[in-house]
Amino acid sequence: MTPLIRRATRFLTAHVDAPLLGAVLLLLMLGLIVIFSGSNQGVTRVITQTISMLVALGVMYAFANIPPHYLMRVALPVYVLGVLLLVSVALFGDVVHGARRWLHVGVTRIQPSELMKIAVPLMLAWYFDRYEATLRAKNYLIAAALLVVPVALIARQPDLGTALLVLSAGCYVLFLAGLSWRIIGGLALASLAAIPFAWTMLHDYQRQRILTLIDPTQDPLGAGYHIIQSTIAVGSGGIFGKGWLQGTQTRLDFIPERTTDFIFAVYSEEFGLLGNVLLLFLFLLVVARGAMITASAPTLFTRLLGGAITLTFFTYAFVNMGMVSGILPVVGVPLPLISYGGTSLVTICLGLGVLMSIQTHKKLVQS
Amino acid sequence: MSDLTINPGVELRNSRLELYHFRLRLALASGFVLCMFLLLFARFFYLQVIQHEHYETLAEANRISIVPIVPNRGIIVDRNGVLLAHNYSAYTLEITPSKVDDIEALIDELASVVEITPKDRRRFKKLTEESKSFDSLPIRTRLSDEEIARFAANRYRFSGVEINARLFRQYPHGELFSHVVGHIGRINQRELDQLETDGLDANYRGTDYIGKTGLEQGYETQLHGTTGVEQVEVDSGGRAVRTLSRSAPVSGNNLVLKLDAGLQEVIDRAFGDRRGALVAIDPATGGVLAFVSKPGFDPNLFVEGIDPLNWKELNESPDRPMVNRALAGTYPPGSTIKPYMALAALAYGKRRPEQTISDPGFFNFGGHTFHDSKVGGHGVVDMYKSIVASCDTYYYMLANDLGIDNISRFFRGFGFGSRTGIDINGESAGILPSQEWKMRRFKQKWYAGETVSVAIGQGYNAYTPLQLAQAMATLASGQLSRPHIVDYIENITTRSRTAADAPPPRPLEVRPEHLRVIRQALVGVNREGTGARAFAGAQYVSAGKTGTAQVIALKQGEKYIESRVAERHRDHALFIAYAPADAPKIALAVVVENAGFGARAAAPIARQVLDYYLLGKQPFAPKPGSQDESDDTAD
Repeated sequence: MTPLIRRATRFLTAHVDAPLLGAVLLLLMLGLIVIFSGSNQGVTRVITQTISMLVALGVMYAFANIPPHYLMRVALPVYVLGVLLLVSVALFGDVVHGARRWLHVGVTRIQPSELMKIAVPLMLAWYFDRYEATLRAKNYLIAAALLVVPVALIARQPDLGTALLVLSAGCYVLFLAGLSWRIIGGLALASLAAIPFAWTMLHDYQRQRILTLIDPTQDPLGAGYHIIQSTIAVGSGGIFGKGWLQGTQTRLDFIPERTTDFIFAVYSEEFGLLGNVLLLFLFLLVVARGAMITASAPTLFTRLLGGAITLTFFTYAFVNMGMVSGILPVVGVPLPLISYGGTSLVTICLGLGVLMSIQTHKKLVQS
Repeated sequence: MSDLTINPGVELRNSRLELYHFRLRLALASGFVLCMFLLLFARFFYLQVIQHEHYETLAEANRISIVPIVPNRGIIVDRNGVLLAHNYSAYTLEITPSKVDDIEALIDELASVVEITPKDRRRFKKLTEESKSFDSLPIRTRLSDEEIARFAANRYRFSGVEINARLFRQYPHGELFSHVVGHIGRINQRELDQLETDGLDANYRGTDYIGKTGLEQGYETQLHGTTGVEQVEVDSGGRAVRTLSRSAPVSGNNLVLKLDAGLQEVIDRAFGDRRGALVAIDPATGGVLAFVSKPGFDPNLFVEGIDPLNWKELNESPDRPMVNRALAGTYPPGSTIKPYMALAALAYGKRRPEQTISDPGFFNFGGHTFHDSKVGGHGVVDMYKSIVASCDTYYYMLANDLGIDNISRFFRGFGFGSRTGIDINGESAGILPSQEWKMRRFKQKWYAGETVSVAIGQGYNAYTPLQLAQAMATLASGQLSRPHIVDYIENITTRSRTAADAPPPRPLEVRPEHLRVIRQALVGVNREGTGARAFAGAQYVSAGKTGTAQVIALKQGEKYIESRVAERHRDHALFIAYAPADAPKIALAVVVENAGFGARAAAPIARQVLDYYLLGKQPFAPKPGSQDESDDTAD
């Protein structure tokens, strides 16, 4: 290897975080394997997903190379654009499966709520960073308002899964930014008290999902069917699993949404408890690396943004696995880096790219 | 509020403090993450280790469906291999009522594609009332190829309707064997409960039919076979994906009968439109050679569920075709009882064969006059003549010398008054009267005058044609055998034959010389007595006895004049016979209802049976009743 090539390689990989990339690649490979099984050995799905992965990795690489202060500059415009798009969706959006989530832009359709998963923590991190020196209670109030507006718009579509993820991303920022424990306690009490009120605000199908979680057997062929079948799949996998492509619940169509939201049931049935432990370990690896990056991040903005991205990634994984194994209600949250589907993959990789950027640009900031 | 706000004056130190607080919170969040992942692990451990077996079972139950494979029902053939009951495969159009909202409308629409008669509709309606709504019920059977094609082209219009290939039972001879072979029909709730009690319900999964009467019922367990099981892997839509395992069904066993279909047909023709019954038995074995009850009915009507009109017609017919006369009809034996009476007299030492009486044509007993059927009497009568000429007075006189209880005890040895134990259900025991019987039945003591009536086969006693035939066979062979229709049961796969189990014959406790006397007299009946006309010119020596049974009791002194009595109140004609006399191969009893004298109506039928069975002669059906009647009126 000539010094030239070595220098070029170092230049190109300077902003890539190897541990994070390694974990991500392992998870992506695992995802392809499970998608192949979940789609009844459908090659087209695997190819499509591979293309999405390449795009997502490209986005990750690109964002890894963008220094965090550039992101600070676009935080406000992106947030404003996102909210405007959400309002347009509410006014002119397409209705798909009873939910108004999509917006026509020229020849294609976009889902602005997806954008908010990154735009909201970006905006809040920017906001706290801007008022870092003079943070008062009112700043937290304003931040909360900045969070609630897009969350309410998304929840109205309705898209409970995305709203939950955006809300959690925002809350993580608020928490990490030092929101008083007293207020946190107060909010916890208030939300407990608000449960009956919130119950009446929920859509029928959302209420049904929560009731179904409490007792899936109440409606075994209707709303409870998905959760019963996925729980059976997980449980019947046992310690060692039934083996790749051998899952009967998978092969015979008993698991719904086998390559997307319920892909974990397929994985769990075929690879068993050992497979699940491996998956938990890989997710934990990503979260741990994210936490390390966040802990040593140089500015409040990067700390808050990195923390929010890391914890949101965890939220994805936890909510999805909790839902499939029957301890959380069914909400449309994909299993990060595993589920089939380009949009969420790109969003997640974008976030991870930002984490890499935070890690690899801190020396520049310090110097 | 110290950790909420930052003092701008001491920026550096506070920045450190800030970083410390941030890292503390990050550590808390990481701890939360760890806790949540531990929670997930606990959940996985619970599902995949602790509850693994439970979910494993559920997953297996999801994917494995157990499909019964119905075995072929055994066939029934006569002694020469003539098919009496068999199966054929046909396509049926079936509706599952639970999947259909408006059945009437659906059937109307179906009628535009395949022919559906009002009869089909009635039968279907009856089936829906009797079945569970999720059963698939036939609206049409035996679809033609064209109809199948037409339905297939239109099937998208009919949800809940499908075509199935099924095996159907068929009885090729129709009425001829209706009372022997019986028939199958759809399993009803009562039979289902019975199957459950017997623990046989698993073997009847998928089976729609069960034997209802006759051999079909009596040998149900043999004929049905063992249901096979196929384990099929199904997907969530219930479609079969592949077969996991298959245990083949075991076909039911075939029944090979003692019965002779040709003989049965000869009897059927000999009866013509008359009602009655005939049972013929092989005296050596008890095997039933012919078993006829007239009129019969078409058992094929019942196979697919009988339609209400046909059912009504069968049930309300005055001829009562559904009654198995040979098995359950009880008739006074009339003079056919005399040989047994005479034998009892010999056995109890009450008469010697050569001992004579003088018959004035009547007998007075207890202030009542019993008339002989021959006006003026038979003159001097010994035991031989009493049977050959059928002298009533001889038996009037004998009656109270014997006494009812001796008669009863002796007759029991011939099987009178108890079920023969033949291999089909529904048998009557008949009535063999005794003092004890009358006390039990009527709470009254026995009167000696009643014994006088019993002695000539009137009064209380009443027997089934089957019992009369069994008694005749017993007299011919000297031993009582249980009659059986099935000769052997054939295993269709191993071809092994199992003889129908029967207890060993019970020898009569009668001295051979006494039997010889009676047998000689019975031969005399057909040679020179009341049966002589019917058996004129026979190429074998036969033994027989005529009988005439009163249907209604005549008033004191009233004379029976056939033409004055309503048809259904006329006497029954009876005849019992066996042949050849020296080595009996066949014994029979025939009853012709309301036909008058046994010699005239019943004996010619017996002649045709014996001619056919012994000589292979097809009768050319002489018109009964058109013969010269001069001598036949004596019975």
